[in-house]
Amino acid sequence: MSVTVDTVCKVARLARIHIQEGEAERLTGELGQIMDWIDVLGRCDTSNVEPLAGITVDEMPMRRDEALMNNSRDDILANAPAQDEGYFVVPKVVE
Amino acid sequence: MSQETTIIEGDTGIFEIVVGLEVHAQVLSQAKLFSSAPTAFGAAPNSQVTLVDAALPGMLPVINEVCVAQAVRTGLGINAEINLWSRFDRKNYFYPDLPQGYQISQLYHPIVGEGSVEIELEDGSSKTIRVERIHLEQDAGKSIHDLDPRSSHVDLNRSGIALMEIVSFPDMRSPHEAGAYLSKLRSILRYLGTCDGNMDQGSMRADVNVSVRRPGEGLGTRCEIKNVNSVRFVQQAIAHEARRQVEIIESGGSIKQETRLFDPDTGETRAMRSKEDAHDYRYFPDPDLPPLVVTQEQVDAIRATMPELPDQKKKRFVEELGLTDYDASVLCADRANASFFEEVAKFAPAKLAANWITGDLFGALNKAELSIAESPISATQLGQMIGLIDDGKISGKIAKQVFEIMWQEGGVPADIVEERGLAQVSDTGAIEAVIDQLIATSPENVAAYKSGKTKIIGWFVGQVMKETGGKANPGIVNQLLKAKLDQL
Repeated sequence: MSVTVDTVCKVARLARIHIQEGEAERLTGELGQIMDWIDVLGRCDTSNVEPLAGITVDEMPMRRDEALMNNSRDDILANAPAQDEGYFVVPKVVE
Repeated sequence: MSQETTIIEGDTGIFEIVVGLEVHAQVLSQAKLFSSAPTAFGAAPNSQVTLVDAALPGMLPVINEVCVAQAVRTGLGINAEINLWSRFDRKNYFYPDLPQGYQISQLYHPIVGEGSVEIELEDGSSKTIRVERIHLEQDAGKSIHDLDPRSSHVDLNRSGIALMEIVSFPDMRSPHEAGAYLSKLRSILRYLGTCDGNMDQGSMRADVNVSVRRPGEGLGTRCEIKNVNSVRFVQQAIAHEARRQVEIIESGGSIKQETRLFDPDTGETRAMRSKEDAHDYRYFPDPDLPPLVVTQEQVDAIRATMPELPDQKKKRFVEELGLTDYDASVLCADRANASFFEEVAKFAPAKLAANWITGDLFGALNKAELSIAESPISATQLGQMIGLIDDGKISGKIAKQVFEIMWQEGGVPADIVEERGLAQVSDTGAIEAVIDQLIATSPENVAAYKSGKTKIIGWFVGQVMKETGGKANPGIVNQLLKAKLDQL
């Protein structure tokens, strides 16, 4: 399956991955091969097979509605790039 | 079914408005949808965030059974089909208040299917607005952009709280209908106890889809106005957006499908900065979550605990308690009002109770900017007071005094009447004495009455009431006066 430079750039943008000038060309080949590999699955006839929604258990286990904190705010903020008054601080994002 | 279409008169003819709403309602629960973090409003930033909500590596979501039950309950409340098998999908996008990098939602297999909500139109008729689906999903955190010029602050307390997204069909044709639908939906959610409906706290917000078309034509291209947080703003946003679209079409342009924001300060909508691929969410089934299965027995058990909903309650108030349509609507719109009324009506006739609540009580609460829950006068007090009127112990006029005293100082109505000597005088002897005195001192008016000007009896009644400080029973006064004057 052929993958265009435009598709590579779009996927990179959606995934917030920066690619170098000229890299897209090389990636069209690599991604194309991966797509070919995945396309093999398309050869299976699944017309009589129910879509699979999970592979571990058939039904979702549930939790009770009990509010419980096992960690502190400091635990949560420990990985923050920056923090202020209990908030995560990130580069300005305004819509 | 009646139609109520707001027509926009353009220069080239008329247009009609088509509206559909996506309402996000925060599920009332103790803990979040997939974690045990508490959901209380107004907590210190990032104090209600577990490792799951912060999406730390290796954390897995486990669904909260009450959130599932609340969605089912809401579905039953709008007569919707409940899907016993549903599934969660990942909606992928990047934003700092979404630590997972995706929102867990239900695009393909929502837990609730088609239902409907009845709304009342301005002419008193009703219309059915169809609901397409309700699905469960996670809320995002909150970004604050004005604390610092160069950075944004992020609070993840809301991240992972359960939302129900309630999606209507494009069945509304005017700002009024959209407002009525949103109000009705909020009322139903509050009756059900599945969402507190507090739009000012963000626990209910609407994305509004608006398009216009020439009557009879297919649907036009729509614009989506995001995150509108009051009924009034929804109506303003629709009115403005529809006019904007008509102007574009009439000047030869075409509508571009886009996401817009409503600015409450100007009453206008404006385009959000949009990238061409902003909406490429790359949905796929969430591999962390097996299918969500509820049993018919569970659904039936929830159905067995359904409260009386606003439409049923209103019907009962009108048919069994004899209230007017209007009073019943006003009382039933809010569950707290309806409960207050039912409490009052335990002590007093329903119609009288309704009059006092929608009149004097609502008036006083409005003026003092209090909610019914904050009323200084309890339902028991008001009920007992109205009971005194009904028993003939006090007049309606005196009752207003008692009302004022209870509002200011509290107290038991019967005691207030007793202590302040406000009881209505039904003692015919005492009233007769006043009447005799009056007849003796007003020969001219007596003569006028005798000459056939019987309407002057109103003057006599007024004088007796004045003389007795408003405490004489007006019925008895009338009766005695008539008897005495006719005997002369």
